[in-house]
This record gives sequence, C-alpha cells and structure tokens, in this order.
Amino acid sequence: MSAEPAFQIKTDMNTSFRAADNAEPTAAVEPKIKVENLNFFYGNHQALYNISLNLLPQRVTALIGPSGCGKSTFLRTLNRMNDIIPGVRLNGEIRIDGNDIYAPNTDVVTLRKEVGMVFQKSNPFPKTIFENIAFGPRVYGLKDRTKLEEIVEKSLVRADLWKEVKDRLHTSALDLSGGQQQRLCIARALAVDPEILLMDEPASALDPRSTAKIEDLIGELRSHYTIVIVTHNMQQAARVSDYTAFFYEGSLVEFGDTREIFTKPRERQTEDYITGRFG
Amino acid sequence: MQRRKLAESIIYCLLFLCGSLSIFVTTGIVIALGIEALGFFEHVSLWEFLFDTEWTPLFSIKRFGIAPLVAGTLLTSAIALIIALPLGLLVAVYLGEFASEPLRRVLRPILELLAGIPTIVYGYFALLFVTPLLQTLFPELPGFNALSPGLVMGFMILPMVASLSEDALYSVPQGLKEAAYAMGCTRLQMVFKVLIPSALGGITAAFILAMSRAVGETMIVAIAAGQQPNLTLDPTSPVETMTAYIVQISLGDTPHGTLEYRTIFAVGLMLFLITLLLNSVSFMIRNRYRNA
Repeated sequence: MSAEPAFQIKTDMNTSFRAADNAEPTAAVEPKIKVENLNFFYGNHQALYNISLNLLPQRVTALIGPSGCGKSTFLRTLNRMNDIIPGVRLNGEIRIDGNDIYAPNTDVVTLRKEVGMVFQKSNPFPKTIFENIAFGPRVYGLKDRTKLEEIVEKSLVRADLWKEVKDRLHTSALDLSGGQQQRLCIARALAVDPEILLMDEPASALDPRSTAKIEDLIGELRSHYTIVIVTHNMQQAARVSDYTAFFYEGSLVEFGDTREIFTKPRERQTEDYITGRFG
Repeated sequence: MQRRKLAESIIYCLLFLCGSLSIFVTTGIVIALGIEALGFFEHVSLWEFLFDTEWTPLFSIKRFGIAPLVAGTLLTSAIALIIALPLGLLVAVYLGEFASEPLRRVLRPILELLAGIPTIVYGYFALLFVTPLLQTLFPELPGFNALSPGLVMGFMILPMVASLSEDALYSVPQGLKEAAYAMGCTRLQMVFKVLIPSALGGITAAFILAMSRAVGETMIVAIAAGQQPNLTLDPTSPVETMTAYIVQISLGDTPHGTLEYRTIFAVGLMLFLITLLLNSVSFMIRNRYRNA
C-alpha cells in the first residue's frame, strides 16, 4: 500500500523538543496556514468578517475572545468541519502548505488526515482504548496488526498516556477518567500523524491537574506540530501559546506575539478583554 | 387551603388509578390465561404439548403438539424480519443522516402511514396481490404459503424498526460523529464504523421489539398463510401460526369449556411467554447500553 510511510510517527521527540525555539519566527519561515479575507456565513448570519492571518509551523497559536466571537468557527474552517453543517458558506482563501483547502479538487479526507482535531468535550468512541487509537489508521486502510500496535503505543506515549493504560489497552475507553479520555482523544488524533493539531477548548471540562497535564502535553507536541488552540482561559493562552489571536464579534481584532498581546496590547478592546473588563 | 389539599389528593388518586390500570389488566390477562390453560394441562401432559410433532385438536385422533404452530410462527416471523430489520435500519440511517430536511418532512409521515394501515388490509394484500405476483415467479407456489404473508408482514413492521432505530441513532452524541469526521471518515464510514456500533444497544432493542411484534401478528397470517399446522421450515408450504390458530378456534363453533376450546388458552399462554421473553430481553439490552 503506497500510503504506508504516512503512518510512521516522527521519533525525534526528545531530541528536538523546543529546538525550534532557536529559529526566530521571521518572514523567512514559510507559514503553515495562510488565511486571506475569510468570510463565513451560517445561512444569512455572518460569523466571520474578513479574517487574514498566517500561522507558523511548530508554533502554538491561541485563539481567544468572548463566547460567540467566531473563534471556534474559525478553528473549524481549518479542517472543514463546518462542512457537515447544512447551509454554511464561505469566501476568501485558506491555504495549507500553499494548497487552497477549499478548492473544488481538495479531498476533505486527506485534508483531515493532515489536520487533526481535539474537541472541548472528550469524545472517545465506545470501543476499547486500542480500537480508539487504531481507528484513524484503519480508516486510511492500514490492516497490519503489528504496525497498528506500534502506532497505538507511539501515539499513547506521545500523548503521555501509555504508562497509565498499557496494561488495559483492550478495556473500554469509557472507563478512563475525564482527563485520560481527553489525552486519549489527543492520542487518537496523533495516530494518523497529522501536521496540524486543532484544539477546541481541550481542557475546559477538566480539573486543574488534568488541565496542567494537557498544557504540558501541548508544550511537548509543539515541536512536531502546528497547533491552534481555542481557549477561554487567559492564563492558559499565556502559558501555552507563542502567538495569540483575539477575536471579537467575528473579526480578528489583534494578532501577534503572545507576550506582547498580554503585556502591551495595541488595541483597547484586547486590553479590556484580557484584563477582564468584559467577556 | 383545605380545599386545595383535597383537590391535590383527588388528582393524586386519579393518576394512581390510571397508572395501576395497566398493571391490573396485565395481571387479569395472566390469570385468565393461566386458569383456562391449567384446565387444558389437566388433560394433556406438558410433555406432549411441547414435544409432540402434530397439532390436530379438531380431528378425531387428537394430538396436541404445539411445535407445528411454533414453527409456523417462527417461519413467517423470520421472513418478515429478514425484510424489516435491514431495510428498517437503512431507512433510519437514510432519514437520520442522508435525507435533506424537506425530503425528511415528506418521508416520515408516509412511513408512519404505512404503520397505520389496518392489518386486515395487509392480509388481503398478501393473499390477493402478493401471492399471485409470487406465483408468476414461482408457478409451483400454493395459494396459501408462509412466504407471502411473511414478506407483507415485513413491510408492515418496517416503519416500527425504522422509527425505533432512528431514535437510537439520534441518541448518539454529536461529538462522536464529529470525532469520526475529524478522523477523516467519509459519511458512509462514519455511519458504519461509529454511528451504528455506538447505537447498537438501541438498535438491538428495536430489533427484538420488532420480533415480538412479528410473533404476535395475527390477521395477515390468518388470512394468507393457510391455517394448516405443518411442522416445516419451507417458506413455500402453507403453515399456521399460534395467533392464526387462536383466530380459527375463536371464529368456529367450538363449544365453550371443551378441551378444544381450552387449547387456545394454552397456545395463548405460550405466545404470551414468548413475547414477554422478547420484550424483557429488549428492555435489559436497552438498560445495559444506557448505563455503559
């Protein structure tokens, strides 16, 4: 099967962790995701107005803003998850590695293999832990049992869950705790070896300890993936992200280096939101 | 104040009575069935009833083996379920996941209409339309057979399977569907790898309720299956189901209180036990999956 190399997980995890820090994110780095003049509509309601921004590879970008500001909608345009909602349309352009993902000849299935997603509410399938992780590779046609086992282990190791579940791989995923379930979902997304990871408030339903684990995990994954995370938690955005985009009422108000956004925001609205004056 | 309290307790009593009514009725049925069936088993041994291979209570040489009636019931039910279960599930998947909203608004009521047709209409439809149609394909087919009423019965219970399965599919959390799509599933993969497996409990319960409905169905088989107790699993032969036998005796001139008369209570009890078993299994499955 020609697609097989795609299932190999990058193994340089320990060595290259944070190695990318040395490379200053200047204009020299080609953006992983380029969004230009994106407008998005649910029926007649416009949810996003003229969004343009570039997301760099091996960086974490946080999307913040009050509820209903369009940050989740924006996140879901990146793997075309909004496609499953009837009556939506969009214009503008989103390019991933230079390819227009809304071009007529784009294969959504291939796109979603490249762009993994983790949801707010952990949603493991009612299957065993093993079957949950093996699900994605199987969808893409991998049948070889040894390879599947390899992928399951690597994905769980990478999601920092292997030690906790290695002796119960064939028990139901629903028996795991909330935090474990969310890491399982991250492992499941990693199993098809995506290049981009979208996270929609991945820790908002978790207790502080599980949240800390997820945040550590994001730090570790950062060197391998382009991560976009929606969060309501300002401290979290400050802790985990390199860049922050502030959305308000469907518009991108401010986008820049996280430290700058949180210490000296250019826009009044950003400052008001970050300091808790509204939202 | 006093009056309000009184009104409250009157309403409470009324509601309690309504609630207990169904229990009283069920208990009454069980008692009535049980007493008459006891009278039957005073004359016929349980062994003969369960293991004799002939059912001829109206002949001069009387044999009381219920096996032919059970076989007839199982045969027609099996044919019905072969139609109703897969088609019903596919209809549910189509309505729930594929049909556009306007189409769904048209299709659902039509499907429910199918469930509202009196079964006697289905019975004559089987006898006068489906059997002749089948005979053009298989000229050997007798005018009364298990196949035709079985098929028609399948279409009769299809709406029930579809609507119960659709409920089961609908109860699968949106998050699971999204997870499947986000993992790169096509819509078909999502349906067969995630949606149906996740709704399996509800779907199984729906299937078993459909079985129980098929086993209890009366009019179609009484009209089109032939009322001849045959211990066979050949769908082209005429058969008699338990329900059809009860109809046959109830309509005939069998005197009240005779052994022949009491047979229908023994058969009825058997039918009751089978459907009770099926419904309990369905109930247990639904509960187990709800807790999972």
